[in-house]
Amino acid sequence: MAEQKKGCELFDSGHRACGGCGAALAARLVTQAAGTETIVVNSTGCMEVFSTPYPETAWKVPWIHSLFENASAVASGIEAALKKQGRKEKILIMAGDGATFDIGMICISGAFERGHDFTYICYDNEAYMNTGIQRSGATPYDASTTTSPPGSRSFGNKRPKKDMPAILAAHGAPYVATASIAYPADLRQKVEKAINTPGPCYVQVHVPCCTGWGFEGEQTIAIAKLAIETGLWVNFEMVDGKVTKVKKVVRKPVEDYLKTQKRFRHLFKPKRQDAEIATIQAIADRNAEKYGIDIQLKKE
Amino acid sequence: MMEITEGSHAVAEAVRLCRPQVVSAYPITPQTHIVEDLAAFVADGKLDAEYITVENEFSALSACIGASAAGSRTYSATTSQGLALMFEVCFNVAGMRLPIVMSIANRAMGAPLSIWNDMQDSISLRDAGWLQLYAEDNQEATDLHFIAYKVAEDPAVQLPAFVCFDGFILSHTYEPIDMISQEQVDRFLPKFSPAEKLDAKDPISFGMYATPEYYLEFRYEMDLAQKRAKEVIAKAGKEFGTMFGRDYSALIEGYMLEDAETAIIAMGSICGTTKDAVDEMRAAGKKVGLLKIRVFRPFPSEEIAKALSHVKRVAVLDKNISLGARGGATAIEVRDAMYGSTIPVKGYVLGLGGRDIRKKDIREIVALCEKGIGDQFYGLRKELI
Amino acid sequence: MTLSVGCRARPGKSRDNRTGSWRVFKPFFDHEKCSKCGTCQTLCPEGCVHENAEGFFDPDYTYCKGCGICAEECPKEAIAMNQEEK
Repeated sequence: MAEQKKGCELFDSGHRACGGCGAALAARLVTQAAGTETIVVNSTGCMEVFSTPYPETAWKVPWIHSLFENASAVASGIEAALKKQGRKEKILIMAGDGATFDIGMICISGAFERGHDFTYICYDNEAYMNTGIQRSGATPYDASTTTSPPGSRSFGNKRPKKDMPAILAAHGAPYVATASIAYPADLRQKVEKAINTPGPCYVQVHVPCCTGWGFEGEQTIAIAKLAIETGLWVNFEMVDGKVTKVKKVVRKPVEDYLKTQKRFRHLFKPKRQDAEIATIQAIADRNAEKYGIDIQLKKE
Repeated sequence: MMEITEGSHAVAEAVRLCRPQVVSAYPITPQTHIVEDLAAFVADGKLDAEYITVENEFSALSACIGASAAGSRTYSATTSQGLALMFEVCFNVAGMRLPIVMSIANRAMGAPLSIWNDMQDSISLRDAGWLQLYAEDNQEATDLHFIAYKVAEDPAVQLPAFVCFDGFILSHTYEPIDMISQEQVDRFLPKFSPAEKLDAKDPISFGMYATPEYYLEFRYEMDLAQKRAKEVIAKAGKEFGTMFGRDYSALIEGYMLEDAETAIIAMGSICGTTKDAVDEMRAAGKKVGLLKIRVFRPFPSEEIAKALSHVKRVAVLDKNISLGARGGATAIEVRDAMYGSTIPVKGYVLGLGGRDIRKKDIREIVALCEKGIGDQFYGLRKELI
Repeated sequence: MTLSVGCRARPGKSRDNRTGSWRVFKPFFDHEKCSKCGTCQTLCPEGCVHENAEGFFDPDYTYCKGCGICAEECPKEAIAMNQEEK
């Protein structure tokens, strides 16, 4: 096999993502870390749509899109074929949260249970963005989407995020991690580790969506950082099912994060919803305790 | 080499000889014996393939997509509910022009749930772009797999193919089969070498999306490929005949059709029964013949119209129905092929859900057709309705 | 242009789409303030910030959508977003 070339631009300019798109940045960073000897399996969604309107493709690595829910099954077939042909390319799945948490569950569960050697990157923008912002299993509590809108009878999405990393760790995935485009070096490191760990590995990447969450494109990285600093997103690694590394923070109140995005606006206007904000704070507090993210400041 | 074997076992052996590199398997009656045999072949080193036990049929065909796009010959088998679950994937495979071959042990569609034979499953996917080959007996079921791979992988075609054979009636029946050897198959079916595949040495994006400016032309190209398949099938079928003595160049075959007054049109195992019934009717002085359709997609319209040009009437047997339309798919498409002719075409929907069809049923249908009675269900149990 | 088989393409054609035309705001890179950290290049979703021979960075205006991430994240505040002139 040709030598793996890493660090080069394998996701080209001219794609049609919104200005400031977190997912587009994720595509760039992940393929940079993966290198040239990579086959990408992309599910239907924003990334696939903004990168491949025929005849324009932004991908400089071999790439395949089949359907919304079956990237894991397609990857299973590619892995089998490469094995038989004696080829060493790495397989990288790139799928959104809708494709991963919801419609793709069956295929993912089967593929992880069978233990195929691939890396599954979920770019998590916390809703079905390509179809115009609908609620998915990854949508956070109280977030406004078009299928979980706030109103006189509702504060938005009624359920917390599904714990996909835990589900896949339970399948025996040897390496599971969460990452964020806010910390590109960390993301690249985790992608490399996942690719070099035999078996089905999973990296869930937080990618704020300016269009879907309601903020100015220039704030994408800042908001990704706030998600981590408030404890609503935790960056961690799991090796063989056990949490091994966690990003610690000096925690900020969740409000600092919520008030930056229109999808949480209804928690502040027309009236401040203290009970709802407290519930969200409790989610962050639980995350903090579960993963041990709080930096213990020395008392003077 | 002649052997007496169960249909599924013969098909499994034929697939083994085609040297697929990736087999994806999910069990469903009545094809399960095929995937079980293939698993045993792999376990015993008789088939050098990766065998993926997928978690459902949707994933079974999806795994084939990955394998085929990556440049490996691949295979799966299904029927009925499983094929229906693959509906979305079937359109995807054909549109991506991947030459996947799938065995369909034809079985009725639920509801009501039925494990017995009819052709509703594969017929219901006739719009998807797959080639559709139908076997009369287990010899054909076996041989058509070699033909299917060769035709599907031909650069002029690049379409996936169903090889259909009646569930239980063929899949679970023991018949004498002449199985050609590995050396013979290797001479007929070359290694799969697609011009384009997923390969870091030549990166290509597969399965892009098409805006209204391009979509129509992609579909047109698929239709052209279907049309070209007729010649490719003829060529491969003739080559098979020259090499192994059984010619599959014709999309349709006439039996006692040349001077027939009544033509019976049928597909699949029902043709065997019909041939026996034709023999009996001929002995009694009736000028009957059979037009067997072996290739349903691409549909042999011109060939059928030509073959029937001299007959007085046509009786089309359908083990499927397009509910709400006038009969089964074969009758509807034959009528379309005969458009402009004054020859009456009558359709008979029969044998659904495994209802047995006997020689006397064929004789009765011919009698009905002679009286101009048709376009109806045949063989209903009157006491139930 | 001949249609591909099965809706496929080789790399490069996305560059025909000059996304610079989307811009409302245009970034200006002040090399005087630049510390050559490369953050702008790392974080550009278009991959259109390039290093020059001296190690400073410049955007490719053919593709720059003017999203402003580079300006927002530059630790030296060396990038300013100005209204695009039409």
